[in-house]
Amino acid sequence: MLKIENLHASVDDKSILKGINLEIKAGEVHAIMGPNGSGKSTLASVVAGKEEYEVTKGSIIFNGEDIEDLAAEERAHKGIFLSFQYPVEIPGVSVTNFMKTAINETRKAKGLEEMPAKDMLKLIREKSELLEIDRKFLSRSLNEGFSGGEKKRNEIFQMAMLEPQLAILDETDSGLDIDALRIVANGVNKLKSKDNAVLVITHYQRLLDYIVPDFVHVLYNGRIVKSGGKELAHELEEKGYDWIKEEVNA
Amino acid sequence: MSKYTEDDLREELKTKEYEYGFYTDIESDTFPVGLNEDIVRAISLKKGEPEWMTNWRLQAFKSWKEMMEPEWANVSYVKPDFQAISYYSAPNSKPKYDSLDEVDPELLATFAKLGISLDEQKKLSGVAMDVVVDSVSVATTFKKTLGEKGIIFCSISEAIKEHPELVKKYIGSVVPQKDNFYAALNSAVFSDGSFCYIPKGVRCPMELSTYFRINQAGTGQFERTLVIADEGSYVSYLEGCTAPSRDENQLHAAVVELIALDNAEIKYSTVQNWYPGNAEGKGGVYNFVTKRGLCEKNAKISWTQVETGSAITWKYPSCILKGDNSVGEFYSIAVTNNYQQADTGTKMIHLGKNTKSTIISKGISAGRSQNSYRGLVKISPNADNARNFSQCDSLLMGNECGAHTFPYIEAKNKTAKIEHEATTSKIGEDQIFYCNQRGIDTEKAIALIVNGFSKDVLNKLPMEFAVEAQKLLEISLEGSVG
Repeated sequence: MLKIENLHASVDDKSILKGINLEIKAGEVHAIMGPNGSGKSTLASVVAGKEEYEVTKGSIIFNGEDIEDLAAEERAHKGIFLSFQYPVEIPGVSVTNFMKTAINETRKAKGLEEMPAKDMLKLIREKSELLEIDRKFLSRSLNEGFSGGEKKRNEIFQMAMLEPQLAILDETDSGLDIDALRIVANGVNKLKSKDNAVLVITHYQRLLDYIVPDFVHVLYNGRIVKSGGKELAHELEEKGYDWIKEEVNA
Repeated sequence: MSKYTEDDLREELKTKEYEYGFYTDIESDTFPVGLNEDIVRAISLKKGEPEWMTNWRLQAFKSWKEMMEPEWANVSYVKPDFQAISYYSAPNSKPKYDSLDEVDPELLATFAKLGISLDEQKKLSGVAMDVVVDSVSVATTFKKTLGEKGIIFCSISEAIKEHPELVKKYIGSVVPQKDNFYAALNSAVFSDGSFCYIPKGVRCPMELSTYFRINQAGTGQFERTLVIADEGSYVSYLEGCTAPSRDENQLHAAVVELIALDNAEIKYSTVQNWYPGNAEGKGGVYNFVTKRGLCEKNAKISWTQVETGSAITWKYPSCILKGDNSVGEFYSIAVTNNYQQADTGTKMIHLGKNTKSTIISKGISAGRSQNSYRGLVKISPNADNARNFSQCDSLLMGNECGAHTFPYIEAKNKTAKIEHEATTSKIGEDQIFYCNQRGIDTEKAIALIVNGFSKDVLNKLPMEFAVEAQKLLEISLEGSVG
């Protein structure tokens, strides 16, 4: 589904990703771990198509298509979703209105009619139940005055609504207490299928107790320096990142 | 497809032509340029006015000659040459039309282009149209329904002839002839406008609606509107407009007077979309308007405005809260783009006891425009327990525009409670990217963010107007983010 080859990217002429290779197939869950500043969030932004990041070398292939020249919204239309580490506030725009716009813009891009209001309401009801979201929450302004947990839950709610092929969860666990973490993880697990894939970006192993990865990659200094199964996450939790750094620097 | 960059947006913004920029050639009856007593007399004669009206105009003209153009507003422009303007223009001086079939087909085509064809409007339930094109009403609909309730809705010229006692009593009672330079000019030369009277205890069953257009090269437009809501009555009045594109500046100096007698309520909504000038700031309408309402006991006046057009806007819809327990409201969205300049706001003059006022102002600036809010809240010594709440929010797009807030407060009564809140924000690239990532392109994202920002005011507009206003906001800001 996603194939990243020798990806180099920089922002403001500062090189951050220095040759990433990663392949994700449908039905898989991958986790990317690494110390702060290793380039985890940059990787997420580059795949999603944030403009400030410049791809200097390498390629991102999504379902056989090089997506480098696609705008962020076109990548979204093709089924790439990013759950933001810091979701922004949009005052005066309700969660429902935002989702309605997002879904209909995506449908428009695919040459489909707008979703009938009845179907939209049904979908909203279904997905909000899945994520144990109070319906009143949906009429509030997007992320305005939301707690950390509410913001993250709202991100996963949007993911549920948009049903992406590839979901990138950028530090979704940060700012969550244990109950919220469980709800969010349950949501992600329920949405998982053999046709979609999840890329979890996290600093800690905690989230991976709930969303169990098939593969764990360690990102350090702009490169994937180690890959393994879920046990690698436990090892990192136990020993920290220093031994990885030593291994790389040796 | 390559990425849509900020530069692309800027470029598109610059090349975006005014959507409604067209010009309709209707055979016109136009006065020679220049202004003197004879011209004032001629206008009055042309309109077949009684002597008292002619004298009223002449009085105004006399005052105007002694007055100076105001210069305190935060706008800069080349002052109009008042002797280079023609002060009267009417599309063919025929009598009024009884049906649409008699209306100039070219005019109907113009309306069709604007998407506000009379045919459509007629069918729109609950909306009566008094269409003012170049100063003369050409069609009035729904008059009969209104007539049954005793409601008078006609052109001001007709009212001067048919209801002189009402006009004589109220014209100039809220905005006196010499109130200010432009009001004096308007009083001397106003060509036409709308008149509305709601009798005691009557609730007007439909939104009264007037579309103003400016459609004659080099013709100043001087509309005069007078709305009187008698005791215990209610009326909602809509005013909206678009104008053809042209090179030379057009002066517009309207006067609107509202009178809400005891327990009456007037809701006055405006959507203004006059030609703002081109991307270089050339051309565009100068909009110098005086709008003011008077509230008697327990009366309420709400001004709601969506201002997206004009090169220069100078406009302060105000309320004089004379009666005890009266209420004044001002809800405004002002959008400026390219080289537009707007200095707009309100005055809330609290005279009576327990009077309340609310001001919600949303300014949106893009391009190299300057957007100023100017407001006065005045509490007089006798206005015990007066309350005011003001909120002024500014939204900026790009780094070349300006937002300014000039709030003035004069409280001369210790029991007054005045609150003022102000915020300034910028549409962030993070907000845009967030929307993009959800499949919403940049244009749509801006529209979404702007609509969210303006929601408190858009909500105050009548339904059919709110839709049009949202469309206007999108048109006005297409491709403007930085």
